[in-house]
Amino acid sequence: MIDFSLWDIFRNLLLAARWTVLLSLIAFVGGGLVGLALLVARIAKLRGAEALVGGYVQLFQGTPLLMQLFLAYFGLALFGINVSPWVAAALALTLYTSAFLTEIWRGCVAAVDKGQWEASTALALSLSEQLRHVIGPQALRVAVPPTVGFLVQVIKGTALASVIGFVELTKAGTMITNATFRPFTVYACLALMYFALCFPISAWSKTLENKLHGQH
Amino acid sequence: MIAFDFAAVLADWPLLARGVGATLALTAVSASVGVALGVGCAWARLHGTPWLKAVVGAYVELIRNTPFIVQLFFLFFGLPGIGVRLTPEWASVLAMVVNLGAYAAEIVRAGIKTTPRGQIEAARSLALTELQVFTRVVLPPALKRVWPALVSQIVIVMLGSAVCGQISTPELSYAANLIQSRNFRAFESFIVATAVYLALAIALRRLLNWAGPRFVFGR
Repeated sequence: MIDFSLWDIFRNLLLAARWTVLLSLIAFVGGGLVGLALLVARIAKLRGAEALVGGYVQLFQGTPLLMQLFLAYFGLALFGINVSPWVAAALALTLYTSAFLTEIWRGCVAAVDKGQWEASTALALSLSEQLRHVIGPQALRVAVPPTVGFLVQVIKGTALASVIGFVELTKAGTMITNATFRPFTVYACLALMYFALCFPISAWSKTLENKLHGQH
Repeated sequence: MIAFDFAAVLADWPLLARGVGATLALTAVSASVGVALGVGCAWARLHGTPWLKAVVGAYVELIRNTPFIVQLFFLFFGLPGIGVRLTPEWASVLAMVVNLGAYAAEIVRAGIKTTPRGQIEAARSLALTELQVFTRVVLPPALKRVWPALVSQIVIVMLGSAVCGQISTPELSYAANLIQSRNFRAFESFIVATAVYLALAIALRRLLNWAGPRFVFGR
């Protein structure tokens, strides 16, 4: 019989937290890139982009992340792809993140004054020049606080990957509980761990937002 | 070649229907209690004693910065460790209420803070008590201002309830899991459940947008 001290519980959770952080980063960066592509498709007014991206956003915002994870897990297997929980979780969370980020950023682009578009068009800038030199920098300023805030949602979302067998914080917590029979302590530590990850980011997002509004 | 068999899933429609019923029941209870809790917390954060403000603030931040599934597991698996046993249904309702309460508190607080001072002064000069000022003058327009955000949050909580199946609460995702464990049509089961969730989310949003001005804050 091995005894688990509080430190053992904490240490094992800390080790598992690496995977939560890594999965969050993959989803955030991947989702950011996909979200940006979708945003540009919308702004460039590609044929059908508005309806397609709108539907995409509605689909991911209107269904549970848990179902998206299950579908990625069982759906990829249908196509004969050997899916590990890693791949399924990364894919589902990336798509989920992209849908939210593209919608957040669309709002930020819409917040840029219409005159900026007109002025840059009058200067004969191409769309990519407008986006890079005129609209992008202004939208970016508004976009940073909600984007940082959404990172918290992504981190919390990764907890659901435990359900398809991805060993991150939550799954590690369940496994440690099964080994120690101390559910109260383990789940309390688990919650604290997430809090320690998320709270600084939430606070940072709030600070950024206050700064932004202070400028006006 | 992939052959889909949705008929095998739809043949189990009574299970799905019961799942939808449970999901809606969970959502209805937690939405009404959760929003009420949120209003209470919003009031406490603005007008409470410093001690109360600190406690409510800690509650709000703790819930907003931890995943729902951890909150649920803590209530269902963690609490028995100190002798408190909850049924899956009670744990689910409690987790959803506690979760929505924290988010609703922040949303409602934002609405209350933008109340023009003159309205409160006018109400006070009409000799309304502080409670009357809050419930009759401050709260209804505040709720009206933040209703879209509250509706979104309630929809998020409804979708989040899919996790409650993990502690064997017999709601929609649990039904989908049960069906796929019987007929091995995992992908089809979850597609059907996901489609139902999407329909529920759209319907719930419409319903709340319709009900808000009529029953919650008046036009």
